[in-house]
Amino acid sequence: MNVLNFVNAFFSDSAHWHGYDGIPQRLLEHIQYSLTALAIAAAIGLPVGLLTGHTGRGGNVLAFVATAARALPSFGLLVLMFVLLGLGLLPVMIPLVVLAVPPILVTTYEAVRSVDPSPVDAARGMGMSEPRILFQVEVPVALPLILSGLRSAAIQIVSTATIAAYVSLGGLGRYIVDGLYQRDYEKVVGGATLVAVLALATLTVFWAVSRTAVSPGVRRSA
Amino acid sequence: MNGFFDIPSDLQHSWLGLIGLHLREALLPVLAGLVAALPIAQLCVRFRWLYPPVLGVTTVLYAIPSLAFFVVLIDYTGQSELTVMIPLAVYSLVVLVPAIVDGVRSVPQETLAAATAMGIGPVRRYLQVQLPIAAPAILAGLRVATVSSISLVSVGALIGNQGALGNLLADAMFYHRPVLAVNSVVTTAVLAILVDALLVLVRVLLTPWMPRGTGRRRKAAARPEPSALALKDAPR
Repeated sequence: MNVLNFVNAFFSDSAHWHGYDGIPQRLLEHIQYSLTALAIAAAIGLPVGLLTGHTGRGGNVLAFVATAARALPSFGLLVLMFVLLGLGLLPVMIPLVVLAVPPILVTTYEAVRSVDPSPVDAARGMGMSEPRILFQVEVPVALPLILSGLRSAAIQIVSTATIAAYVSLGGLGRYIVDGLYQRDYEKVVGGATLVAVLALATLTVFWAVSRTAVSPGVRRSA
Repeated sequence: MNGFFDIPSDLQHSWLGLIGLHLREALLPVLAGLVAALPIAQLCVRFRWLYPPVLGVTTVLYAIPSLAFFVVLIDYTGQSELTVMIPLAVYSLVVLVPAIVDGVRSVPQETLAAATAMGIGPVRRYLQVQLPIAAPAILAGLRVATVSSISLVSVGALIGNQGALGNLLADAMFYHRPVLAVNSVVTTAVLAILVDALLVLVRVLLTPWMPRGTGRRRKAAARPEPSALALKDAPR
């Protein structure tokens, strides 16, 4: 297998493990970009999603915003921001956040919306305040779906952060873009493998989080 | 001379030509993905044990970044349109399989029993009962696949100018004309929104029995967020 040979050659070359262009350094950069983008996207998407989901208002506006944001090409946005703003972290963060907000926003909205109304009414009847209803009744029940929205956002961020290398930033995309221009397929395949492994690691993290954070009662019924 | 619609001659296309190229590179893979996804999804519905491993494989495929996918394929298919279209077809497949499986599974057992009792055979039952009822879910998946496909074609600009409208981005950097990048982003986004609207129209035409306008609450209940749906259950 051609590809497997490349993978083997890439990872067994000790030159790829040290220094500025080493795997640990690039991996760290990639994780840093991804986590920052996910944190910003969650800071925007979660509160708005929870609020609109709880009140049940603004669903149509939200769906429209999400569709519009999804239609924006990430790669195009990245190059545009780079041309307009120059080299920096901001031109990378904008497309990644635009990419990640719609899944978080829409899934959170749908998750809170679709919570069984009877426990919510019961909580209201018991005299719970609206914030307490949201955080102690609705969010625990909606958590699996909210997490799945965060998960698909995270996966998309991790695999899209590779294009940051095209506008001369770091991250694992560096190997893919450099390998492409140097006709060094070993590097390309190695970089692609690293990104895929990182994406799978992200899936595992979310699986672990949902195992620990989701209440057993909710998990069983889901 | 440096107007919005003036396309550098190295792209060998007019603005409209680029749009045509973009649509071809984006939509053919979705069609291919749909053609492949229908039998795979049907097998997954038929043999329940098949679904988790299929979902696992597709999740792994989805995790491969498009750029890496393109570049690795150059070794086999060269710097051609096919190199861009194969990954897009795979991504469409990944989004469509769960959408179709969930759609077909959501057909009530009573409906199937009624169809069988009326003497409708398995093939006709699939084509005339299951697929139409699953149509809203399938079209929701198609919308996600199409929009992401249209936006991903641009990345093809990195591999020998196969990105259609995305090639404008490379030129925006070469010639330092930001207006080209604006043109690329705006045209791609508008294209995606128009095709998306077209698919909504197709759904309305295909499902005349669905309540229109007033059925907002039912719609919200019946249709989970498709992009979440695509990766649902993935890590189990």
